[in-house]
Amino acid sequence: MSTDNSTPSPLLSLLAGALFGAGLVISGMAKPGKVLAFLHLGPGWDASLAFVMGSALAITVPSFWWLRKTGRAPATERGRIDAPLLIGAGLFGLGWGIAGYCPGPALVAFSQGSGGALWLVPAMFAGQWLADLVSRRSSAA
Amino acid sequence: MHDYLHAAVGGALIGVSALLLYARSGRLAGISNIFHAAFWGPDRAWRWLFLTGLAAGGWLALAAAPSAPAANTPPVWLLASGLLVGFGTRLSNGCTSGHGICGLGRLSLRSLVAVLVFMAMGVLSASLLTAGVHR
Repeated sequence: MSTDNSTPSPLLSLLAGALFGAGLVISGMAKPGKVLAFLHLGPGWDASLAFVMGSALAITVPSFWWLRKTGRAPATERGRIDAPLLIGAGLFGLGWGIAGYCPGPALVAFSQGSGGALWLVPAMFAGQWLADLVSRRSSAA
Repeated sequence: MHDYLHAAVGGALIGVSALLLYARSGRLAGISNIFHAAFWGPDRAWRWLFLTGLAAGGWLALAAAPSAPAANTPPVWLLASGLLVGFGTRLSNGCTSGHGICGLGRLSLRSLVAVLVFMAMGVLSASLLTAGVHR
């Protein structure tokens, strides 16, 4: 096992991606109608998707803790809680609630030619590019 | 299979993916950052392989997806959503996987704040602000 950021092997990259993609589809996260039913509070609320993050965290929290404890992963740095974090997370949430796609499910749906994602993913690419442009402008000013 | 079982099994696969990648390479399975760096970052090849795997795994698992209502989001709203998702995840440096699965997995306070904010705004958006756009 490696402690530094190293380039994952091709097999590891493919395998991790495949597990992730299968998980998104099996969980229902790749169905935007289901995500919207989760984010839409009220009659008919679908709470099941809360178990996706719950189940994933049941694996990552203890295992990442063990990796840190045994020196296989670095201590978690204390990142700044600043305006870009709060504004960015807020805008992401607003967008997520419109169409029910966060980035992973959007890319899975795009690869399957699902109508909505064919519009959404190019806009997501443009949105990231715009954010880079804005942060370059503001750091240059 | 019950929807809650779907969610738990799918979530476990995502957790195992994040663990494999982190333990073996120190990389975080945050999709918004992988997608961004696949175009703009150094070391692009493994990220394209990861995204290829993402598509392949999603395709292989299609028959095991739970049923869901259709979303019917009009194209103009899909474009607006994509812009916000791309801009927001880039500015805050993470999404549901980067801050949610990996950041919370590392017990990062910064990621906890991000998750609380995007969940709250996601609920606000879907429940109140844009609930009508799907009709």
